[in-house]
Amino acid sequence: MNLTLRIWRQPDASADGEMRTYEVADISPDMSFLEMLDTLNETLIERGEEPVAFDHDCREGICGACGMVINGQAHGPERTTTCQLHMRHFADGDTIDIEPWRAAAFPVVRDLVVDRSAFDRVIGAGGYITAPTGAAPEAHATPVPKPAADAAFTHAECIGCGACVAACPNGSAMLFTSAKVNHLNVLPQGAPERESRVLGMVDQMDAEGFGGCTLTGECATACPKGIPMPSIAAMNREYLRAAAKR
Amino acid sequence: MTMATVTRTPGSQRPGPRPPVRPRGGFLRTLWGSTIGKKTVMAVSGLLMLAYLLVHMFANLKVFFGPEEMNGYAHWLRTLGEPLLRHGWFLWIARAVLLAAVVLHGVSAYQLSRRDIAARPVTYRHQRRQASYATRTMRWGGIILALFIVWHILDLTTGTVNPRGQEGHPYENIVAGFQNWYANVIYIVAMLAVGLHIRHGFWSAAQTLGVTRPGAARVLKAGANVLALAITAGFLSVPIGVMTGVVK
Ligand code: HEM
Ligand code: SF4
Ligand code: FES
Repeated sequence: MNLTLRIWRQPDASADGEMRTYEVADISPDMSFLEMLDTLNETLIERGEEPVAFDHDCREGICGACGMVINGQAHGPERTTTCQLHMRHFADGDTIDIEPWRAAAFPVVRDLVVDRSAFDRVIGAGGYITAPTGAAPEAHATPVPKPAADAAFTHAECIGCGACVAACPNGSAMLFTSAKVNHLNVLPQGAPERESRVLGMVDQMDAEGFGGCTLTGECATACPKGIPMPSIAAMNREYLRAAAKR
Repeated sequence: MTMATVTRTPGSQRPGPRPPVRPRGGFLRTLWGSTIGKKTVMAVSGLLMLAYLLVHMFANLKVFFGPEEMNGYAHWLRTLGEPLLRHGWFLWIARAVLLAAVVLHGVSAYQLSRRDIAARPVTYRHQRRQASYATRTMRWGGIILALFIVWHILDLTTGTVNPRGQEGHPYENIVAGFQNWYANVIYIVAMLAVGLHIRHGFWSAAQTLGVTRPGAARVLKAGANVLALAITAGFLSVPIGVMTGVVK
């Protein structure tokens, strides 16, 4: 396959960026999108040009590092991460637009790399369980009802990739935050910090400059892990319950 | 699955903003200070206005039963609550509550919208059509509704812009008002806007207030469509009735 790529190039956070056009040749349909970008970068390095910077780590769809907007869609046309997107979903001769996540809370560091540390700070504001660490406790010491375990697993799927923020017209982090709040708030282990968790994480989410939810639904459509829209309503309920108790 | 702690490129680290430290206590203060809380204010005030619109729409249908029925109803409204309340007090209380709802709804909408726009300062070069029409028109629709509320009060409450504007004679004022083509256009546009607003708003409010029961989404979306259609059609029947001469 031969493709035309239009990629956002920006040397650093304070510089202006622009879309620049590149041609790549002999791309195999079995390549992943990141392997296709690797191919481009090899030719750029051979030509003595700066390679395109993009985040990646596991390349198996579990770390959430590889975010980029492909043809206006977070992680591209398939509901998966960019590293798990294959070139067979494109056609020979296609022109593909590649842009970084766009949100005030995710400033561009370079090219396609954005600073997602705002997510870390949201987690730091309550997305954990305070427990003395030591040997792992006996698994059956705390019985977890099956529906609660299922709900926790659904929300624990979130890999913090930020596609929900990138896809949302308001740059809102409600889907991410709701996944993290619900994951722990449905479990007995999360119960002691149930109120302070949701209040703290929502406060931090607001402080980071993420937008609010207008129930557009773009986040859940873009989420590679299938975190569903009702998670947001569930977090709203947790929030109202906690605010009433405070 | 675990979420990787985000790799930070040296020099890119930001200290990160800290949220305001809020004193304990104060449910309302907590609400007003957060995006979820302000959205809750919008949901409650929106649902209150929706309930009012439903009653208002049903009452308007009395116009099809003649002047005595309509004007008698308007008079009865002023006697509600007597003798505990003085004549007309009920109406003033209702107006105060509605005014509070409109102001709270509008101020929250303005503040949240400003924030949402600031949260996405750069748009994508590759644009895609997003969301449904009702979802995309909430802000413009809201502005149309705000302007309409002002027009509507000047038309049929104070009578300022009504060609007849006689107090105690709503039936005659309605018939006189809808003789003007522009009054009809304003009214019809506003009623279509309110239908779209309710279509997204009713379902949206349920999410804001935390309705998560499985299967509720389908019922709520269907309910939003029924409410939107009933309110728009009910209100529109009045100017259409006047235009076609059924009401004269
Ligand atoms: C003063 C004029 C009005 C303005 C400026 C306005 C504006 C807005 C805006 C911007 C939203 C948020 C939309 C979104 O989530 O994307 C909204 C939601 C809503 N509006 Fe209005 N609106 C107005 C009047 C009304 C009226 C008359 C009703 C009564 C039917 C109403 C009912 C609602 C409801 C139920 C919601 C959903 C609240 C939620 O999402 O939790 N609004 N409005
Ligand atoms: S909710 Fe989905 S889209 Fe958002 S960060 Fe988590 S995995 Fe990514
Ligand atoms: S590189 Fe880890 S999810 Fe794509």
